[in-house]
Amino acid sequence: MDIVVCVKQVPDTTEVRIDPETNTLIRQGVPSIVNPFDKNALEAALQLREKHGGKVTVLSMGPLQTKEALKECLAMGADEAILMSDRAFGGSDTLATSHALAAGIRKMGKVDIILCGKQAIDGDTAQVGPEIAEHLDITQVTYVSKINTVDEQMICVEREHEEGYEVIQAQMPVLLTVVKSINEPRYPTVKGTMKANRKEIPVWTVDDVQVDRDALGLKGSPTQVRRIFTPERRVQGEIMEADTAKEAAAMLVKRLVEVKII
Amino acid sequence: MQFQLTEDQQMVQKLARDFAEKRLAPSVAERDEKEEFSRELANEMGEMGLTGICFPESYGGAEGDVLSYILAVEELSKIDDGIGITLSATVSLCAWPIYAYGTEEQKQKYLVPLVEGEKLGAFGLTEPNAGTDAAAQQTVAVADGDDYILNGSKIFITNGGEAETYVVFAMTDKSKGTKGITAFIVEKDMPGFSFGKKEHKMGIHTSLTNELVFQNVRLPKENMLGKVGEGFKIAMSTLDGGRIGVAAQALGIAQGALDHAIKYSKERVQFGKPIAQNQALAFMMADMATKIDAARLLVYRAAYLKDQGLPYSKEAAMAKLYASDIAMEVTTDAVQIFGGYGYSREYPVERLMRNAKITQIYEGTNQVQRMVISGSILK
Repeated sequence: MDIVVCVKQVPDTTEVRIDPETNTLIRQGVPSIVNPFDKNALEAALQLREKHGGKVTVLSMGPLQTKEALKECLAMGADEAILMSDRAFGGSDTLATSHALAAGIRKMGKVDIILCGKQAIDGDTAQVGPEIAEHLDITQVTYVSKINTVDEQMICVEREHEEGYEVIQAQMPVLLTVVKSINEPRYPTVKGTMKANRKEIPVWTVDDVQVDRDALGLKGSPTQVRRIFTPERRVQGEIMEADTAKEAAAMLVKRLVEVKII
Repeated sequence: MQFQLTEDQQMVQKLARDFAEKRLAPSVAERDEKEEFSRELANEMGEMGLTGICFPESYGGAEGDVLSYILAVEELSKIDDGIGITLSATVSLCAWPIYAYGTEEQKQKYLVPLVEGEKLGAFGLTEPNAGTDAAAQQTVAVADGDDYILNGSKIFITNGGEAETYVVFAMTDKSKGTKGITAFIVEKDMPGFSFGKKEHKMGIHTSLTNELVFQNVRLPKENMLGKVGEGFKIAMSTLDGGRIGVAAQALGIAQGALDHAIKYSKERVQFGKPIAQNQALAFMMADMATKIDAARLLVYRAAYLKDQGLPYSKEAAMAKLYASDIAMEVTTDAVQIFGGYGYSREYPVERLMRNAKITQIYEGTNQVQRMVISGSILK
């Protein structure tokens, strides 16, 4: 089974501080990490390989420093890592990025499963994964919380929802984006880390893949960021006030029965 | 002269740091309070390969260097030096002498599981009446056909009771003094081997310290480590290496305390400004940072010398002496910076100060370190 995992190197947002004057993120000196959801995707890939055999290749697009993130993925157990790095990719929005990554995956030849994290913690768009599937014209399932079964023809997964989950059967090859609850990513081992450190990471430039140059970089990026804000929650919470815990519990149970949760 | 860590060393450092922050930090205060040793966390450390950093691949190791291993002990110790010493006791005091003095059969049987993190190791030298005077061993091993019969007891043994493999020293010929001491490898479940009282200590509560009791333990001669009468030499050379581990533990404790002090002093406001803006405290932290850096250079140099196969006995003693003394000073100052809160168990610096004290005592008291250093420079 040939599995590709798409990963992004992101700033560690737990370390990011806000500039109080400009209200923008201070990225200087902030360490870079592998996007946490992408680690879940890699863990899912490693588990699939352990069960069904095959090869796990990690793919990323970014500046040369992205090799650090790829090394971490190799240390966790990925077989190969490929970096797509070129000035022509610079300034790409999600659409241009997905064009580039799709071109990289096409170059690899036969791929059975592509795994992505549900979204990156810096941009939070959740678009690149689904767009890759569109460009490659393959099936996609987003927000996967469990992989039930997989064979050469079909894959059966659980797709997470706010109110439960769907069981989805999809045709192979397939692209899955995964949520955090799918697994607990393993720690790299010391041996894996040292081996990863010695491993060559090939760098593919725009000339190494077949892609329309106009679809890349700033030119290929229709997105314009006007404003960044936290969206309002769609479901409002409800606060119940009562004098005693017993009273509060009774009110809560009554309300939960009303809305048919229990 | 290079002052930069290699990429390999940096990666091992990061790995150990991540493990300490994610796995040790959430429960360290609770384990300290309950005086609880977590075998589960020790096993996780082994699975990650922290026990195998500086051993050859042929024995299951990662073929890294001693400095990488020392960096790992330092990182663990910033957060939980009890687990740091659990690692150090297994690697420096048990796996290392087997690696250095063991036969190929002993290495396959005992070293590999230690390196691969499947088993824990311990080292039994200290006795109630043989502390600094290690030659006053009362534990005896008497030849009986092809076997040796071991009788006696050892105290203050790190990992005692949990470790599966023990390197134990015993008198085989009392008339010969230090030349009459022989080393043996003892397995946890050998008949006649039991564990006495668990030590209740001032600090390092997250590590286990126990008494070992040997009553007619029958050891096949294949379990002799090195040759008859070589025990004292094996013990002393093992402790030379162990000292770098304890020095790294002390260094980690000191750095951990400074990190907490810096963070707290920037957040704690008195008289309308963060207390870090008071020069009295800022200078205190400048001194703490300088001492820690000086200690770090000594510790890394000792590890470097060991890596290069150069003599390091004096330098390891200097590293252990200085790093532990400044760990005591720095943690005491950190408590001072925290004020009343520093004395409370609500904050971690109280624990670090309690833990720092042992680093001045074990693996040879700091008075012994001065004996080693002065003996070396005055000979």
